[in-house]
Amino acid sequence: MVLARSEVARSRRPGPVRGTAVRLGLMAVPLAFFALFFAYPVVAIVGRGLKDGGQWQLGRFGAVLSDPDIVHVLWFTVWQAAASTGLTLLIALPGAYVFARFDFPGKQLLRAVVAVPFVLPTVVVGSAFLALVGRGGLLDELWGVRLDTSVWAILLAHVFFNYAVVVRTVGGLWAQLDPRQEEAARMLGAGRFAAWRRVTLPALGPAVAAAALMVFLFTFTSFGAVQILGGPTFATLEVEIYRQTAEFLDLPTAAVLTLVQFAAVLGVLALHAWTVRRRETALRLVPASQTAHRPRGRGQWTLLWGTLAVITLLLLVPLAVLVERSFAGPHGYGAGFYTSLRSAATADSTFAVAPLDALWNSLAYGAAATAIALVVGGLAAAALTLPRLRRGPMGRTAWISRFVRGFDALLMLPLGVSAVTVGFGFLISLDAPPLDLRASWWLVPLAQALVGVPFVVRTMLPVLRAVDGRLREAAAVLGASPWRVWREVDLPMVRRALLIAAGFAFAVSLGEFGATVFIARPDQPTLPVAVARLLGRAGELNYGQAMALSTILMVVCAAALLVLERLRPLDHSGEF
Amino acid sequence: MRTTSRITATAVAAAVGMSALAACGASGGGSAGAKTVTLVSHDSFNVSKSVLAAFEKESGYKVRILKGGDAGKAVNQAILSKGNPQGDVFFGIDNTLLSRGLHEGLFTPYRAKGLDKVPAALQLDKGEHRVTPLDYGDICVNYDRGYFARHKIAPPKSFDDLLEPRYKGLLVTENSATSSPGLAFQLGTIAKYGQDGWQGYWKKLKANGVEVVDGWEQAYNDRFSGSAAGKGKGDKPLVVSYASSPPAEVLGKKPAPEEAPTGVAAGTCFRQIEFGGLLKGAKNEKGGKALLDFLVSRKFQEDVPLQMFVNPAREDAKVPQLFTKYGTTIDKPTTLPPETITKNREQWIKQWSSLVLK
Repeated sequence: MVLARSEVARSRRPGPVRGTAVRLGLMAVPLAFFALFFAYPVVAIVGRGLKDGGQWQLGRFGAVLSDPDIVHVLWFTVWQAAASTGLTLLIALPGAYVFARFDFPGKQLLRAVVAVPFVLPTVVVGSAFLALVGRGGLLDELWGVRLDTSVWAILLAHVFFNYAVVVRTVGGLWAQLDPRQEEAARMLGAGRFAAWRRVTLPALGPAVAAAALMVFLFTFTSFGAVQILGGPTFATLEVEIYRQTAEFLDLPTAAVLTLVQFAAVLGVLALHAWTVRRRETALRLVPASQTAHRPRGRGQWTLLWGTLAVITLLLLVPLAVLVERSFAGPHGYGAGFYTSLRSAATADSTFAVAPLDALWNSLAYGAAATAIALVVGGLAAAALTLPRLRRGPMGRTAWISRFVRGFDALLMLPLGVSAVTVGFGFLISLDAPPLDLRASWWLVPLAQALVGVPFVVRTMLPVLRAVDGRLREAAAVLGASPWRVWREVDLPMVRRALLIAAGFAFAVSLGEFGATVFIARPDQPTLPVAVARLLGRAGELNYGQAMALSTILMVVCAAALLVLERLRPLDHSGEF
Repeated sequence: MRTTSRITATAVAAAVGMSALAACGASGGGSAGAKTVTLVSHDSFNVSKSVLAAFEKESGYKVRILKGGDAGKAVNQAILSKGNPQGDVFFGIDNTLLSRGLHEGLFTPYRAKGLDKVPAALQLDKGEHRVTPLDYGDICVNYDRGYFARHKIAPPKSFDDLLEPRYKGLLVTENSATSSPGLAFQLGTIAKYGQDGWQGYWKKLKANGVEVVDGWEQAYNDRFSGSAAGKGKGDKPLVVSYASSPPAEVLGKKPAPEEAPTGVAAGTCFRQIEFGGLLKGAKNEKGGKALLDFLVSRKFQEDVPLQMFVNPAREDAKVPQLFTKYGTTIDKPTTLPPETITKNREQWIKQWSSLVLK
């Protein structure tokens, strides 16, 4: 990067006051977004539960939390989340390595495909997963192994759902770590494992922590998977909040449980922030294409084949079952359900969903949600990575850095709050002009973006933070404006992260169900909503059509993710 | 670098452009003028496009439909937005939730035209007309005809039958706390055996191997052997479902079979009646009244069976052949007064949970 002489001449170093102003400026949009579309509705619904005639009823905490049923739910929620996270890391980290460092035919396609379970509606996946581990399922027929209504089914399903989170979050960074650092360590006499532990592991730390945190959050708030595979004996906090709100309209109990979930999620986030701060280092990033190679030696081939076997058994087989069911008509295999979908489009019913319409709705909502999530999440991530503030003589900046840290946590909170809480919150708070959004088209993308923003921030932060701060300082010393520093230094380095973030936000929007079903208008159903409607009816035709629509959703998700894989430039020379 | 930034720019522009387009395409529905009437309902609400279009043409109103999740969620949503409702008419509050809605004062009384054609047994708010009965359906144990023919056992007919040893381990039902058919089945046993006797019945049912899953989808599609969707892989020939499930099993079958592959145990049915009402605070009260009249009209009522798989409330509404040929008419369904249900609902569910699930 060569700056024009005239620009150097105009150089002036930005003062600390200006730095703070820029940071607060960047934070303004995300803050406003979260205040309006998250904090306000949630506070409104929790407040309604805890207030009685204008008086706060805090005594309800004691009553709810001493109920042995609730204590049992809390305990189960925590331990199954911890177990799921451990199991997911154990199974997916080798996968992250394989995707980051090995080249093999079909890698891009496979990378896109493993992310598909993550974005499919749980109703569909649960049903497909049962076909693998349930009674009469594949494992049952082959070896008499049945895992339904056991905790193992829940744990494996959580691995199934979250495999991609680890592969993408950790693998994305791993692919860009310079292997020469590890090689240098080995040259200096370190063993293979020691070199990995001392060089690669610390560098990966923040990404592993971020991935583990996400998996923990998803499994901690798991709803559909627990409901379908665990049977009625296992309930998470999220299931209990849903029941208390949607079934009993017991808002006080739901409010207490929502706050408990909030506190737990905040605790996890604080822990995460602490780990990341300890591990934060400037990394030497190189283009991913330079670090990947064909596997060499028996060990690497075994690892590759082992990973492929795991992916096949755990991820591809349940997905294949979906496809199989969509073609298995009453008279053998055929495209009957697909053609019946097309005729449903002309059938005389508001229920019949033309798959192309539902697909178009899904894409439009997803694109809008992605755009919102990228703007909000991108600004937030940029604000969070501005150079660390130096403590002033009066400790003046201390509150700001604390505020920034709190902001960091705030961005993750939507993942820890149940869709029904947010949905009911929208209903009672966004109900008056100018913000009567209850019937607006924008409600769906706004709700979906709430879930997308954390992905954008989490995917971009590790990479943004890993940018060597001296580069930014050098640019600033040479007179570049903060905007220009970001554009010339940060942007080229995070472009890939940005694309991955966009892909995730988009795919999450496509598959989002909990909030969408609550607010989507019937004339504009998304694919998951249409699938759920069909699944809720008896008969082979409805079921087959649901499977056919699910397959379409699956293909669209895979295609979207594949396109993003392709968007990633192949020739990296000069980029980083 | 130049190439890649162009690609990024294109991608971002495409995303922004797409959302702008989508917003344009949708902006028409956002405005709710006096010429629009809004119906709030649950996910299962459906109507033929042509039937709806006929109403729109006749009345001059454009109908907007808002759905709010399953029935319970939709009702609670209406309660939360009471006084500032999302729409003008609510469709789909049933007798298990009715008195909660009436108690909250959700509805403005209105006597819809054509109500005299609705049998008195369905009119649970006869004196005040805050709500209008619009359809009914029965929740009963369904059986797999093939299974019972193969094993040469007669299928069960009543609640008592289900306790017999020959039906041991054959029944799967839904969790009362999370599934409305599950709850209806429990309410049916309470109606039959009384507030003192139902727990004893369930103890025996549990001893006879009843299995509970969380939702209807799992019970019916995954576990019930009579479900065509399950391809006969289900292991339970008895399931709690709807009296209209057997006709649904025939839907789309070519050639149409002589009888439905599944049947209904007529003595195990609990009747759900769905009501509609004019929401208090409706912005278009006049349009709402016209819409309610339309919902009771023969045109809409005759559309109900094939759209929502329930029976029309009007006695003079013609029912399609699919229902008359493959369905079962339930003469003596059990039912409970709405007030009793509302008063005890939560406690009953809790008692049921600790009795059956633990």
